Amino acid sequence: MSTETHAAHHGHDAPAHGSLRGYLIGFGLSVVLTAIPFWLVMTNVLGDNQATALIIMALAVVQIVVHMVYFLHMNVRSENGWTMLALIFTLILVVITLTGSLWVMYHLNANMMPTMHDMRQMP
Amino acid sequence: MTTTVTAVHQDTEAPVFYLADEHEHAEGGSTMLGFWIYLMSDCLIFAVLFATYGVLGGSYAAGPSPRDLFDLELVALNTSMLLLSSITYGFAMLTMEKDRVGATQLWLAVTGLFGLAFLGIELYEFAHLIHEGATPQRSAFLSSFFALVGTHGLHVTFGIVWLVTLMVQVGQRGLIPANRRRLMCLSMFWHFLDVVWIGVFTFVYLMGMLR
Repeated sequence: MSTETHAAHHGHDAPAHGSLRGYLIGFGLSVVLTAIPFWLVMTNVLGDNQATALIIMALAVVQIVVHMVYFLHMNVRSENGWTMLALIFTLILVVITLTGSLWVMYHLNANMMPTMHDMRQMP
Repeated sequence: MTTTVTAVHQDTEAPVFYLADEHEHAEGGSTMLGFWIYLMSDCLIFAVLFATYGVLGGSYAAGPSPRDLFDLELVALNTSMLLLSSITYGFAMLTMEKDRVGATQLWLAVTGLFGLAFLGIELYEFAHLIHEGATPQRSAFLSSFFALVGTHGLHVTFGIVWLVTLMVQVGQRGLIPANRRRLMCLSMFWHFLDVVWIGVFTFVYLMGMLR
């Protein structure tokens, strides 16, 4: 019981702060990770929209992880792992929401086109 | 900490030790976890708005498209304001660690000013769009755009109100444990908004220009 209370205490206390080094590394990385996608889109150096889109999405994911680690101080130990568990649960819901909405609405659009079901034949 | 615990443990009965220990840690003991779960619910709100934008973002109703409307240089400026406010809030937390009330308030003020700069640029952009006739009523794309970006802007607004409130409270009471806890919650809120903005500038602005 007492060890559990102590673990909980240190669990929420230790990772909530950062160090100057940590904040500066996080800031430096996020500046680079923001500048690259803006540069890619503004100058259109690749000349290929699909490739550019894939790269900037990948960079956004990396930058979100950087912010999570260096600014939000996420790790598997904080609050005995409960924050990480809540995050994973939320991410699952986010993925279901996003992919589900896009998938359903894409198929709805494709199947509801007047060309497929001719409107003149409708009652 | 450990020495006092063992001393209490040797002197008194076990239940008294538990009671004393609980009392010391009870106040605000689970605030951080609770606030994190609130942020996760906020994350779901934004996920739904992103999904809406993803579904409706291509429906222009013969109106203007992102390419006609968005000014990427303005968005880059906006983004840098929010990034700078994130690092200055980090500095506020570091000075809080060192118990420097004045410096903490100074960094909070700088954070608030960067937040205001972000909001000012966003409102200028919105006013410009509405002036051009690109109102939320114009097309499904613009409805979902204003809903998503506007909700983020509203969060930043409330964050600034909260920040000013905490500056006053820190001025009145100093860096007491309750105020430290509040500052840590706002820190999570502020950095979380920056994370959401990464999604906004990537999916709405940059991907919009590639459409």
